[in-house]
Amino acid sequence: MSNTATDYTLAELCIVAAAEAFRGEGEVLATGIGVIPRLAASLAMKTFNPDLMMTDSEAFLLSEPNPLGARGNDFVQANETWMGFSRIFDNVWSGRRHAMLGPTQIDRFGQSNTSALGGTYQQPKVMMLGARGFPGNSISHPNSFFVPSHNRKVFVEGECDFVSSIGYNPARLPKGRSLDDVDIRLVVTDLCVLDFGGAGHRMRLVSLHPGMTVEQVRENTGFELEIPAEVPVTVAPTAEQLAIIAALDPHNQRAQQIRDNPPGDRSGG
Amino acid sequence: MDKQMSAAQVVAQLHDGMTIGIGGWGPRRKPMALVREILRSDLKDLTLVSYGGADVGMLCAAGKVKKLVFAFVSLDFIPLEPYFRQARQSGALEVMEIDEGMMLLGLRAAAWGLPFIPTEVGLGTDIIRQNPGIKLIDSPYDDREWVAMPALKLDAALIHVDRADVRGVCQIAGPDHYLDDWYARAASKTYVSCDELVETDFFRDPAQARLVFWERAATTGVVHIPGGAHPTSCNPLYGFDVPHFKAYAATAGEGGITAYLDKYLGSSEQEYQQNVGGLAAIRAIALPTY
Repeated sequence: MSNTATDYTLAELCIVAAAEAFRGEGEVLATGIGVIPRLAASLAMKTFNPDLMMTDSEAFLLSEPNPLGARGNDFVQANETWMGFSRIFDNVWSGRRHAMLGPTQIDRFGQSNTSALGGTYQQPKVMMLGARGFPGNSISHPNSFFVPSHNRKVFVEGECDFVSSIGYNPARLPKGRSLDDVDIRLVVTDLCVLDFGGAGHRMRLVSLHPGMTVEQVRENTGFELEIPAEVPVTVAPTAEQLAIIAALDPHNQRAQQIRDNPPGDRSGG
Repeated sequence: MDKQMSAAQVVAQLHDGMTIGIGGWGPRRKPMALVREILRSDLKDLTLVSYGGADVGMLCAAGKVKKLVFAFVSLDFIPLEPYFRQARQSGALEVMEIDEGMMLLGLRAAAWGLPFIPTEVGLGTDIIRQNPGIKLIDSPYDDREWVAMPALKLDAALIHVDRADVRGVCQIAGPDHYLDDWYARAASKTYVSCDELVETDFFRDPAQARLVFWERAATTGVVHIPGGAHPTSCNPLYGFDVPHFKAYAATAGEGGITAYLDKYLGSSEQEYQQNVGGLAAIRAIALPTY
């Protein structure tokens, strides 16, 4: 991992940090929903975990990840099997999958919300997508989250307004299960990387992005985190990783994912 | 047996209060011409079961829906379906919100004649808390609790396919048939609109026959409506109509569903297609890139 780049965007830093979620996962379906998670899964497959499986986001599994966006008429994608939506569930329920998604709320238990905000369940103030596949994903296989704007509206003080996915919440633990059955891995945000490796599966600060402080993370999180005495800085992308990301995202969709597309290192003036 | 019908004949067989399943997924291969025929009718108090898109949005906005069984409602590139949001935020819509896979299990249970299928999906989430009708059960084989996902028995299913013959052999040639085979099997009556009506010997080629996902006994009626999925896609024949969906979504902000229906719906599918630029224009819509 030599050749660390000095000129990279925050989006690229997040892609590289999020790719780590798929390290050591072996032969699982890596599902990244949204530009940064998809590029993270693709980068992992192109570099340290070629055993990952990947969809074309429609109905086929690929032996090589597709670049994002329009690909030209002569492009032929590397199909390896059909994987329609009905078959996705066979894979999900087998556990051989790791998804990275971007819910609207995440609470201290790692429960997440994709469905509704405020009001009552019968009459929410803001209706969103619905629970989608979150309930099944969360109880069937490992999951990670990407949060493009780390703030207290996302990392809420209480429980999520609607709990779409199971987390480390003893009050909701199903009979006969253990909290260790829940498997939430990384949470990558525009400020830092978190996981649930704290005492009793508490959310823990893993690394700070260059120029970010523990205080900023605390101020923007609605609940208490486990903060180690020494918090490392998130590892910068290498030139090789940046080149692979650029090839996977030729239309630079990653520049649109984080507000104002800031540089990855925000420590300087 | 000749199962050909008109869209109006299909809707005449539907009744107020029925539970209707709609095939397709979000903005993809929805039986929109049949949905439009419902919009032209007096039908009301429907329970819809759908991997929802504008089918759900339009029917909710037009006051046709009493209850919705859903995991999401989305137009994909417009993530939040505007009329579905309005319906939920008005508090008037009864809902059964479930996981995408739970919907598949509910349809399978109905298709197989089972009261429920056990699953762990939904445990620990508000899917269970907000659906008192979904029960937890003990297993006779272990000490854990399970969700008993109830059968989603449909009075009718509406599906759009690429090709069918008059006996109800239906082909979906696009990359994914979604869960349409389970909608067809879960329903007492399954009505299928098709882009192309073909002779039975079309299916003699095994490559064509392999793209048939349920037996004709599960098809009740066949309606030949070229372009009938518009504004949703019918890959590989045509993509979804992005400008049309944008115009549709814009009416949710100004004018309401009445403005949309006044401009496009017409008194027949022929009139609708004229209002959206004609069948050739529908067939020319490019496929999406994901």
